[in-house]
Amino acid sequence: MTETDDAWFAGVDPGDAAAAAAAIREAAADEPRDWPALAVESGFAAEEAEYYDRLHAATVDAAREAARAAGRADDQQLIHALRAMDDAERTANELAERLEEWAGALLDVDADATGLDFAAVVAAHEPADATEERAVSLAQRAVDLRDERDDLRAFVERRAPEVAPNLAEMAGPVLAARLISLAGGLESLAKKPAGTVQVLGAEDALFAHLRGHAPSPKHGVIFTHEFVRGTRPDDRGSAARALAGKLAIAARIDHYAGERRASVHEDLRERMETIRARAESESDETTDGDDGGEVAGGDGAADAEVDDE
Amino acid sequence: MSELPAGVERRTVAGEARLTTAGEPVYGEPTVDDRRVWDAGRSKLGAMLELGMDTRLAGGEKLLYLGAASGTTVSHVADFAGPTYAVEFAPRPVRDLVDVAESRPNLFPLLADARRPREYAGVVESGLDCIVQDVATRGQAEVANRNAQFLADDGLLLAAIKARSEDVVAEPQAVFEDVRATLSGSYEILETERLEPYHDDHLGVVARKR
Repeated sequence: MTETDDAWFAGVDPGDAAAAAAAIREAAADEPRDWPALAVESGFAAEEAEYYDRLHAATVDAAREAARAAGRADDQQLIHALRAMDDAERTANELAERLEEWAGALLDVDADATGLDFAAVVAAHEPADATEERAVSLAQRAVDLRDERDDLRAFVERRAPEVAPNLAEMAGPVLAARLISLAGGLESLAKKPAGTVQVLGAEDALFAHLRGHAPSPKHGVIFTHEFVRGTRPDDRGSAARALAGKLAIAARIDHYAGERRASVHEDLRERMETIRARAESESDETTDGDDGGEVAGGDGAADAEVDDE
Repeated sequence: MSELPAGVERRTVAGEARLTTAGEPVYGEPTVDDRRVWDAGRSKLGAMLELGMDTRLAGGEKLLYLGAASGTTVSHVADFAGPTYAVEFAPRPVRDLVDVAESRPNLFPLLADARRPREYAGVVESGLDCIVQDVATRGQAEVANRNAQFLADDGLLLAAIKARSEDVVAEPQAVFEDVRATLSGSYEILETERLEPYHDDHLGVVARKR
């Protein structure tokens, strides 16, 4: 290996601006070196001043393009991916149920596995006749669909932090994508009041409440967040309200400013510590008048069920 | 009061002595005699200079700036320093940083994560004179340690450490003690000073690579 193998200018034609910018974005090296001197030595530039001129042009192009690409990280694509992930999961589970009924009786599969794990066992089975062939083929489709769900999930996990860095950090990438999806986009999520964010995904329960025959829902999909689920039921209303407030702020920072802001995450951590400290300190005192009511949020609960993590 | 780097001069604006550098205005800052006023309230390095910390900067340094954000401070730095590499992680502010860099041939903007120097070690040269660090993430001292590889043997670190980024509930003083201890792995600490009244709960650090 020569000294310049890791250099951004290795193999770059000095006249090719696009290649130079791309090389800057992909440059990774185990350690820095005296790149200006090496560039002159290797003939990339006649002298250091020329090297710095080329470096300037390339870094400005690369940074502009990288920032633009990140700006294109599109909330609508994220929404499609998330919904496709949910569809793949739901359909895979439906097929797995069908298979349990069908292949469970048809094949001699001695597996304790259920659901998609059972489908995976069936998919590996060698079919003996035309009927078994159909069941095994169906099992393979179900397993493929589960793999697709996993790939879509990985895509969502990678893309959500680009679309909404603060929201993704606070909520986790999948819940962040779910909130964006329920709102219809990052912009409309950023414009929603915290109280709406709190019950996104609990629309059925909310409208039942508004019609006057049900208590108000305490949380929608944010129920899946550890801050809500991991808080004792008495304090879940407070936890959901605090979390929703910060999520709404995170969405606004992501939409309007786009930079990571540490303070909002710190504020939430502090608030959650306070709320959870109640469980220890306040065993005999009165509650603080939180909105009571049953756990609502069909979507949130459904989400919790199907997440096989 | 320590010497200012060459290129940074005090000028009287509205009856007050203010730091200034010469360069293309970028963020609507006031100018005097064609010099841009450097607001210590918006810049940690500006505050370190304003408070008289001995930054040992002379002007013309080769320098790595971690946490460049929109380029407010780094624009002033590039006005008096030599080749200046500016690393910023968030894409949105990098757009502004690019505008700042366009009119400054010695300023090289990089969209990268300062916690992962490997990402830019193929671009940023070794043997630098100075690292200026203003990153608001947990593990600020560790960031400085990981980037020490870019410095020459006696290279300088000028860091603004934000207590709240490390631990919101701990006393800043306790946080700063931890930061000092971690930094001493790679650096000899020459001077520290709180950046009040310009920046609350920030510690300015001048250190030399071990």
